[in-house]
Amino acid sequence: MERISKSPLVIYQAHLDKGELAYQWSLDAQKAVFYPRVICPFTGSARLEWRVSAGLGTVYATTVVHPAREGAPYNVALIDCDEGFRLMSRVEDLAPEAIKIGMRVKFRVHRPSGDEPPCPVFVPAGSP
Amino acid sequence: MDGLQRGSVAIVGVAESDLGAVASEMSSIDLMAQGIHRALADCGLGLRDVDGLLCATAQSRTSGLALAEYLGISPAFIDTTILGGSSFMFHVSHAQAALQLGLCKVAVIAYGSTQRTIGRRHASVREYNPYETPFRPFLPSTAYALAASRHMHQFGTTREQLAAVAVAARDWALLNPVAWEKKPLTAAEVLSARMISYPFTVRDCCLVTDGGGAVIMTTPERARSLKKPPVYVLGCGQAITHANISSMPDLTVTGALRSGRAAYAMAGLGPTDIDVVELYDAFTINTILFLEDLGFCQKGEGGSLVADGRIAPKGDLPVNTNGGGLSYCHPGMYGLFLLIEATRQLRQECGARQVADCETAIAHGNGGVLSSQSTVILGTRATL
Repeated sequence: MERISKSPLVIYQAHLDKGELAYQWSLDAQKAVFYPRVICPFTGSARLEWRVSAGLGTVYATTVVHPAREGAPYNVALIDCDEGFRLMSRVEDLAPEAIKIGMRVKFRVHRPSGDEPPCPVFVPAGSP
Repeated sequence: MDGLQRGSVAIVGVAESDLGAVASEMSSIDLMAQGIHRALADCGLGLRDVDGLLCATAQSRTSGLALAEYLGISPAFIDTTILGGSSFMFHVSHAQAALQLGLCKVAVIAYGSTQRTIGRRHASVREYNPYETPFRPFLPSTAYALAASRHMHQFGTTREQLAAVAVAARDWALLNPVAWEKKPLTAAEVLSARMISYPFTVRDCCLVTDGGGAVIMTTPERARSLKKPPVYVLGCGQAITHANISSMPDLTVTGALRSGRAAYAMAGLGPTDIDVVELYDAFTINTILFLEDLGFCQKGEGGSLVADGRIAPKGDLPVNTNGGGLSYCHPGMYGLFLLIEATRQLRQECGARQVADCETAIAHGNGGVLSSQSTVILGTRATL
């Protein structure tokens, strides 16, 4: 049996390091898979191909979190990417309460300061 | 569920442990033991009769070991399935299977939590999810808020309708002497309370209390000779749809649709046959989602169903008669209390909040972030 040399998360984060939003494509299900895994949740097959998203999507659900102690309210959203997968993220460059379901958004990589790995955020699709 | 037979087991004893804010240094296992002691007294059985042990708590990794040691028993059947707040409804079906097969004769389901006393952070381990945690969702509130946003978008559900759920729960709680909340609540107060995760204010969210309890189950033959009228398990159903909210297939449709269908099929009953409805109201949207998915109204109509006091004490559909997780008690995994209240309603023990002519009850548990759904339908001897 072939051993796994890089975990799905390591590969995903390596794409983010390059500024790419990666997902998997199940060759047997002919469907997008997210979050990245070792086997496909639709078929059980291990035939998963890595692909890079075009980064365009639509806000599926949205909320504004109000921190109990300090810090400004911020957005948490679920984004449906055009390739057919959904992920948790946030929409930036807009006031959190202005973010609406159905809004078209595009991917941008967020690189936190310190040790945390980059993560995928979104901005309105019309943003420069 | 195939293999489980309608009415093949009965709930014979129920009890809460101390609730609210319990004495300092009480443990989750102390509360389980107190609940078991009281529930055994409720039915007239003793600890030595117990040969089936089922329990769940977020505060003990191997709670079955801890509880069996504490009680000084070595149960023939043991199950510590933990799937969030619905765990105890799963336990009911597992206990039913064990009793039917003769793996045990008297099964106890127990819960305990001291999350208020020790703080929510210490009561349950926060798991790091690399695909969600970086976005700082305030869980579980944010997950349910996302579901509410979707319901509002698709069906026009309003914050005022969500608030009506909290107000109805409070009105019921005022009739329950052991409820945490003691003062009336208005919709305006819900809407203007501190925002947690839009559209929820703190009044749309369940309480953070301590608490525990126990439910005793046995065979109908054994049940007949005990102190209280048996309450029979007529139907059980369960469904798991996801673990994390970003993997929930459709945020407006829960696994309650499937768990409810299975429970109704086993019971040979439908929603119009149910006299009292106990739903896991961790957040106001839950009550609306479960009323829809369990067939008390069409999908999308839950908001208008709850709007004019229909689920409040003077309404025509009694829902969450103990005051619910919103106003009575919510120690983190609330499902056991739904079974306790449904049983007490069917025994006509509920005093000021007693529902008249109560022969059938539904107790619906929810776990995780709308992740695990489990439905139990109970009935009096007349329904057998």
